[in-house]
Amino acid sequence: MRPAPALWWAGGGALALVLALTIGAAALVFLWAEGAGRFTAPDWRALEFTARQAFLSALISVALAIPVARALARRRFPGREALVTLLGAPFLLPIIVAILGIVAIWGRSGLVNDGLGALGLPKLDIYGLSGVLLAHVFFNLPLAVRILLQALSDIPAERWRLAAELGLEGRPLFRLIEWPALRAAAPGAFALIFLLCATSFAVALALGGGPRATTLELAIYQAVRFDFDLGRAAALAGLQLGLGLALALLAAGLSAPSGLGPGLDAPPERWDGRGVAARLGDGAALGLAAAFLIAPLAAAAALGVGGLGEMGPRVWLAAGRSLGVALTAAAMALTLGLALVMLVVALEGRAPRAARLVEATALLALVVSPFVAGVALFLALRAVVAPASVAMPLVALVNGASALPFAFRLLLPALREAARDYGPLAEALGMQARDRLRLLWLPRLRRPLGLAGGLSAALSAGDLGVVAIFATPTAPTLPLYVHGLMSAHRMEAAAGAALLLAALAFGLFLAFDRWGRA
Amino acid sequence: MKRLRLAAAALPLALAGGADAAEKLTVYTYDSFVTEWGPGAAIEKNFEAVCGCDLELVAAGDGAALLGRVKLEGAATEADVVLGLDTNLMAEAAASGLFAPHGVTANWDVPGGWSDPLFVPYDWGWFAFVYDKTRLAAAPTSFEALLAAPDDVTIVIQDPRSSSPGLGLLLWVKEVYGDKAADIWAKLKPRIVTVTAGWYEAYGMFLEGEAMMALSYTTSPAYHAIAEGDDAKAAAIFSEGHYMQVEVAGKLAGTDAPELADKFMAFIAESGFQSVIPETNWMYPAKTPEAGLPEGFRALPIPAKSLIYPPEEAAAKREAALAEWLEVMSR
Amino acid sequence: MGARVIRLEAAEVRAGDFRLVADLEAQAGGHLTLLGPSGGGKSTLIALIGGFAAAASGHVVLDGRDMAGVPPAKRPVTTVFQEHNLFPHLDAAANVGLGLDPGLRLSAADRARVSAALAEVGLEGMGGRKPAEMSGGQRSRVALARALLRERPILLLDEPFAALGPAMRAEMLGLVAALRARRGMTVVMSTHDPAEARRAGGHAAFVGEGRAGPAAPIEALLDAPPPALAAYLGA
Repeated sequence: MRPAPALWWAGGGALALVLALTIGAAALVFLWAEGAGRFTAPDWRALEFTARQAFLSALISVALAIPVARALARRRFPGREALVTLLGAPFLLPIIVAILGIVAIWGRSGLVNDGLGALGLPKLDIYGLSGVLLAHVFFNLPLAVRILLQALSDIPAERWRLAAELGLEGRPLFRLIEWPALRAAAPGAFALIFLLCATSFAVALALGGGPRATTLELAIYQAVRFDFDLGRAAALAGLQLGLGLALALLAAGLSAPSGLGPGLDAPPERWDGRGVAARLGDGAALGLAAAFLIAPLAAAAALGVGGLGEMGPRVWLAAGRSLGVALTAAAMALTLGLALVMLVVALEGRAPRAARLVEATALLALVVSPFVAGVALFLALRAVVAPASVAMPLVALVNGASALPFAFRLLLPALREAARDYGPLAEALGMQARDRLRLLWLPRLRRPLGLAGGLSAALSAGDLGVVAIFATPTAPTLPLYVHGLMSAHRMEAAAGAALLLAALAFGLFLAFDRWGRA
Repeated sequence: MKRLRLAAAALPLALAGGADAAEKLTVYTYDSFVTEWGPGAAIEKNFEAVCGCDLELVAAGDGAALLGRVKLEGAATEADVVLGLDTNLMAEAAASGLFAPHGVTANWDVPGGWSDPLFVPYDWGWFAFVYDKTRLAAAPTSFEALLAAPDDVTIVIQDPRSSSPGLGLLLWVKEVYGDKAADIWAKLKPRIVTVTAGWYEAYGMFLEGEAMMALSYTTSPAYHAIAEGDDAKAAAIFSEGHYMQVEVAGKLAGTDAPELADKFMAFIAESGFQSVIPETNWMYPAKTPEAGLPEGFRALPIPAKSLIYPPEEAAAKREAALAEWLEVMSR
Repeated sequence: MGARVIRLEAAEVRAGDFRLVADLEAQAGGHLTLLGPSGGGKSTLIALIGGFAAAASGHVVLDGRDMAGVPPAKRPVTTVFQEHNLFPHLDAAANVGLGLDPGLRLSAADRARVSAALAEVGLEGMGGRKPAEMSGGQRSRVALARALLRERPILLLDEPFAALGPAMRAEMLGLVAALRARRGMTVVMSTHDPAEARRAGGHAAFVGEGRAGPAAPIEALLDAPPPALAAYLGA
């Protein structure tokens, strides 16, 4: 692809924004604090625990996602669409609601232990690393399934025909047809989940059973909130960024174009998996996954239903604000994401190392600490403008940038394939960058765009960290509103508003995703 | 009641829009003070009715971040008053040199009295373990009793690194047990279901039945009684005494509206401020308003003994106590 | 004989270990077949002429102009690839229309020309179909229709009909020949099939063992093959 100058500008701008919000933010806070924080022994333990739990969470999520995605890819059954859609839900639950939902199922007095008790079996105690992993897999298994399912759906129909012709089943089928597609998508999914889990702190602490489950993000929070030691906060944020960058580089090095040719957009028909064992296996994978995901969701929803009547009329204003933030942020994330993937694909031909570096950087926004970014933005902006006057655009901007890694991850393989298959033709026809975008990339990337837009919008609607930095509590977004209710001790109303928040996030996700799959 | 924001970030940037300063008083406070359900709106109305001025409450962060915000802005700050620090932050705030003596005299109803020249208390509470009488018939009546209680008397607490009640419990145990605090934590550990980052997770888990008791305030049952008509929640009163949190306000030395700031500091002791506190912040008012406490508060049990470290001592003890706690709890 | 519209003068392409040096010419309005084994460099040679691969040394001269640094769309050529000739999400008419305006901003007159081009390749009234709804032969015809509208003097065909049956392949060759005659285009087509080369007529050049060319009349070449070609033909 011969990139137009506009492409360099757009891609470079997006890259600069990500760098400013990550490394730039940590550096600014660090410089301002004028004193390097020293790392203490507990910090190194926190780093070790952060890396260990994130690694295991990502590994388990991706590994468990493989059978589920396989089963979803080849089975057609009533409710399949609903199940695929529902996969977006756990990821989008407000943290606190999710914790209580998980505890309602897996906790000491949860459903599972009630069942075990009734059978006279010993009780489970999830608090510890197992609890952290349980919660993180609950959040991220669906994300992994969606990414892998996307990869499997992209295998052209011709391949399945060939497989059927050769009578491929089971292991050979997996190795020859499915594995190459999964192999290309799995490192990206792994990296995404690792980075998401790396910044977890409320979940990790609550289900990790105590300070053994201390993550770097908790240490950063402590440094900012309790000690107001900005030098230390910046140093810890740097450590977190380093961990994220190392992982992102590793993943970028491992991910490869799948090498599967494109199909002609005909829906793939499958001939494999008709045996009894395969049917049972797929049924078990889908049944277990559905139960695992739906039970805490249902418990969380049940907590909120009672409070729906007590939320107060201003909840709708707050919901409206959140909707505005979500749509703007989604537009931002998609625009930035497209600009960056186009830059990466353009670079891949001429400077592969630079392409890898940009690819890794695009993921970094996931490990930026909202606490450090908040301080940095405050420091940077206070001289120029009253930040409250630009609160909403800022919130949308920062949220858009934080959702960028999702958009990037989802769009990159799709654009790579589209560019490889149709780039020469576009080149031969002399299509300009604008025409390519309109006639080629946007239509070819519709599915990942829908999924990425849905995730971005939903995540931004539910975001508290960044919103709380800028938004005024007197004109709150929905997450701030929920938060205010919690602070005022109104447990029921808070649960109700949190349910509304989850519904809003999920509705946004659904709308975008539907558009992408239409 | 002020408590940890779950994932709230450092510094709310809601800055005051600059209007004419003579008529306006800017008060930095924490987020939940100014939400729809917080005390902010009513206090603003009541104060503006007597001062004929414009009171602007600006959410500027929680705890140390609120203090950090003022330090960060230094002399350029628009704030005239900071409201929402507590005894654990007072030493650091005083050392910053940013605050001026308030000159307010009042008969404070804060246990142990109040005589700090820089900071005025506006509410306070005792930390306590809250339980449900229908699930726990005989709540422990002391730390000793808690340590000796049956194994199923479980508790859920907050992390002292991220939550005020968590820090309160840390200092509570330290003040009661001194050098033996580490042993006590080791004995307490098996019954701690988990440690959460914020108050809401812990309290929510308790309400879900995940633990028999949650670390909160003695005033928490008043919320259930007043707002929900539920009398089953109660605070376990310990014979060793209860650690306190006192929330305070201070006038900034660099204020450009010193008279108005003084007026506001004095107003804190009056009923127009104090009567709003109990049912919005769910804490005890620092000076009981003329109409007395609400019914739900009057029914609350009173600990025989109040514990609190003076600000300098709290600041000095915190780091070592925290290291000790981390050491035991990470084992 | 027309002018020499294509001149490759010791043009060398390198890709990793692979190396190909081309010396050949083609007459305007003629048909040049590139004949050789799979992997011998036919596609590379087409890419060199089309502008998708750059010459490491030597010259590629098209229509009298040296093509160094000229991007594909600016060259006097239009290419029909082995595959991926059509965008699956666009219908046949839109795929053809791209030949007129790569931004697809088409006037009524343009649309009429698209219909006419589709009719010219035997696809009258099928402009609304998506590629997935067409046969392999029909898809090739759509690609040819677009190539016609681009009105470039040189048409490059990279084994375009390899996926078609013998009858269909013969038919398409006939269509290409008819279009060439009607439009006066120069056609360069690669194939690994000597029979197809013979049927196409005109000139041919052998591509293999790191060399391409020179071009010679097809009958002469096949009847007295140089050693490398002879080895390939197994004669």
